[in-house]
Amino acid sequence: MPEDVSLPIAEEFEPRIVAFFCNWCTYTASDLAGTSRMTYAPNTRVIRVMCSGRIDPQFILAALRGGADGVLLGGCHPGDCHYQAGNYKCLRRYRLLKRLLAQMGIEEQRVRLEWIAASEGDRVQKVTNEMVEQIRKLGPLNLEHIPAPDVDVDAEEPLAAAAEGAVS
Amino acid sequence: MIMQKKAPPEDLRIGVYVCHCGANIASKVNVESTRDFAQKLPGVAVARDYKFACSDPGQELIQNDIRELGINRVVVASCSPQLHEKTFRKACADAGLSPFYCQMANIREHVSWVTSDPVLATRKAKALVAAAVRRLAWAKALETKRVDVHPDVLVVGGGIAGIHAALLLANAGKKVFLVEREPTIGGHMAQFDKTFPTMDCAACILTPKMSDVKNHPNIHMWTYSEVEEVAGFTGNFKVTVRRKARYVKEKLCVGCNDCVEACVLKKDKVQVPDEFNVGLSRRKAVYMPFPQATPACVVIDPEQCLQLMKGKCAQTCVEACERAAIDFDQTDELIEIDVGAIIIATGYKVFDARRIPQYGYGRFTNVYTTLEIERLVNASGPTGGELILRDGTLPKVVGVVHCVGSRDRRFNPYCSNVCCMGALKMAHLIKERTGAEVFNFYVDMRTAFKGYEEFYDQILSEGVQFVRGRVAEVTDWAMTEEEKGKLIIRVEDTLVGVARRIPVDMVVLAVGLEPQADAPEIQRCFNISCSNEGFFLERHPKLGPVSTFTDGIFLAGACQGPKDIPETVAQAGAAAAEALSLVDRGFVEIEPNTAWIDEDVCSGCKTCIPLCPFKAIKRDEERGIAVINEALCKGCGTCVAACPSGAAQQNLFTDEQIYEEIEGVLSYA
Repeated sequence: MPEDVSLPIAEEFEPRIVAFFCNWCTYTASDLAGTSRMTYAPNTRVIRVMCSGRIDPQFILAALRGGADGVLLGGCHPGDCHYQAGNYKCLRRYRLLKRLLAQMGIEEQRVRLEWIAASEGDRVQKVTNEMVEQIRKLGPLNLEHIPAPDVDVDAEEPLAAAAEGAVS
Repeated sequence: MIMQKKAPPEDLRIGVYVCHCGANIASKVNVESTRDFAQKLPGVAVARDYKFACSDPGQELIQNDIRELGINRVVVASCSPQLHEKTFRKACADAGLSPFYCQMANIREHVSWVTSDPVLATRKAKALVAAAVRRLAWAKALETKRVDVHPDVLVVGGGIAGIHAALLLANAGKKVFLVEREPTIGGHMAQFDKTFPTMDCAACILTPKMSDVKNHPNIHMWTYSEVEEVAGFTGNFKVTVRRKARYVKEKLCVGCNDCVEACVLKKDKVQVPDEFNVGLSRRKAVYMPFPQATPACVVIDPEQCLQLMKGKCAQTCVEACERAAIDFDQTDELIEIDVGAIIIATGYKVFDARRIPQYGYGRFTNVYTTLEIERLVNASGPTGGELILRDGTLPKVVGVVHCVGSRDRRFNPYCSNVCCMGALKMAHLIKERTGAEVFNFYVDMRTAFKGYEEFYDQILSEGVQFVRGRVAEVTDWAMTEEEKGKLIIRVEDTLVGVARRIPVDMVVLAVGLEPQADAPEIQRCFNISCSNEGFFLERHPKLGPVSTFTDGIFLAGACQGPKDIPETVAQAGAAAAEALSLVDRGFVEIEPNTAWIDEDVCSGCKTCIPLCPFKAIKRDEERGIAVINEALCKGCGTCVAACPSGAAQQNLFTDEQIYEEIEGVLSYA
């Protein structure tokens, strides 16, 4: 049975989650969840990319900085990538980013990567609901104790260099 | 890449069209409120809602606004871009606007259909519309690339689906490569005796088509061959085919079988079970799969031939062959071909009845599968068409068990579609050949196509008994004198409401259909998707039933899901038509989502080069920068995400567009 989400009470914290789904597997699975009328929590906002390999770690940081309480990434199962290995690249960046997040004082559980194939609409439902519950438990992302982001090129360079240094 | 704070273009006149999709969207999302919300967004000149945006009047509404109100960007908030992006892009293009100035917000699949609360659904819809509007500011009027299409077609699998598709394409004048793994084409259909519901002899309707394939000047029939590697993209695939060594020169062999006679492996115990007769007979090291095998050419099994295994044999086969066709030095051959389209018709395998031990298959000698009975009743089968028990006597009572491995959560939850009719055919054939009393044990009778219900009526009138209930067990544990020496079928007769024990001489298990064991490898080789049960996934269940998510690759037959022969042939025809429509058009338009390098920004650090799976990036050593070969780039964007200086960008998915989208979805909670 589809899980229903009850009306939120105004004061209650509603997690805001940005999701990056790859076009071929997870976005299609998300469409399938729709055509199969699988109800799930309305807290995610899906942004389509062609491949999970396109997900720049800075997109995730930008989402968190911009007000998201969590970020969900979805790609094809290992070996099934439409572009051969973009999902592995995504995995490497994800692992590295999780370490950086911890160093920044952001709970690493706020970012989650899942492999969801085009036929797995039910997994979109399950993972989304789990993610929303997870973030609900963590509470709102409070960035106030973290120094204000500096969009200056030099300030961001080391991050990108660190992320990509390990990748290449 | 860093976030660039460039100002969006100033002359934006965005039109936002919120679709009701009948009640599909409007019943959950407040479309009027979403429209009013959109109207207030920066750059939006007009916002409208409409019952069906994809309909002709809906498209005209957009086109009129482009022409009359000077709308220069279009947001359609409706269904998934996977469904109607092409429709709305074309509508824009027809009104003189670049199709890439059209952006969709998926408020149906991602919102109205998955959200129970209308307030939250509307909120989510607004966030997605805001993101689409902001993203659109950075859209560019890209040019669609046209690439020539190679006119040849590859068909993978030589069963009835592959045969039919290959013949249609060849008759249309296309050169077809038909690649079949087994030494002969024909597939499962060649193993059948009769075909429901008309009881046509399977061989009579199939073998002429097999021979047409063999003799067609436009078909390259490669049996005993497998696709090794697929590269390229729609219209221009490069396929490597392994032609396995059959140790027989195909051009010389005429299928006289003299070598088979001569093969020294004469004793039954050194011979191996015959694949074609599903193990009911044995074959030698050199063999002809079946008398009408196409090509009529023997093959030598390297795992059984003494010469190939041990290098020691009298080589009586070589001696017997007057045409000197046997060649022990043959090796596998790799051939590379160019094709424009690919049809995958790799078929199915039958459910292994051993997985249900309580049915006794493999334990009791007189428990058979439907495929085995097909061989036994076939005149060229192992018994010459006599349906006899293992002791040589005729069965007096036979039980046919439906739904073996199908509609069962422990095995396959899906209905295999063909077994009810197959089991009815079995009942008819068994009655006709042996006069035995036949019981069919069914769960639900599914005879839903043309002439099928009439066939069921006919079998009923022939006196076959039907017991409704899933068989619990087949046992030889006799409880009465009458049951001694028999197989007893235990079943709950759900129409009468009693548990019954029915003694029979022979049990026939109507085994279901499953994906081929190596379907996952095929899936990866061709870069297509599988559905949950492992059959290949069609692009859209209604509107793209033979297409895959990889352009230029189509599906035919049971590799996409269980189907019977009429449906398989119809689907093969559809796949052939899709392939023909692609290769005859002569060109494809490639989505211009390729990556490019901002030459002023690139520092030539080479980070992107090893990341590209298609080797599309090279370093221009003179200028010290990366260069992307647009023809090789497939638009994944992996290099773009990695570029530390933001020099690599992807069309349709630039950093600006994605950052705007992130800010957009978060701008409205």
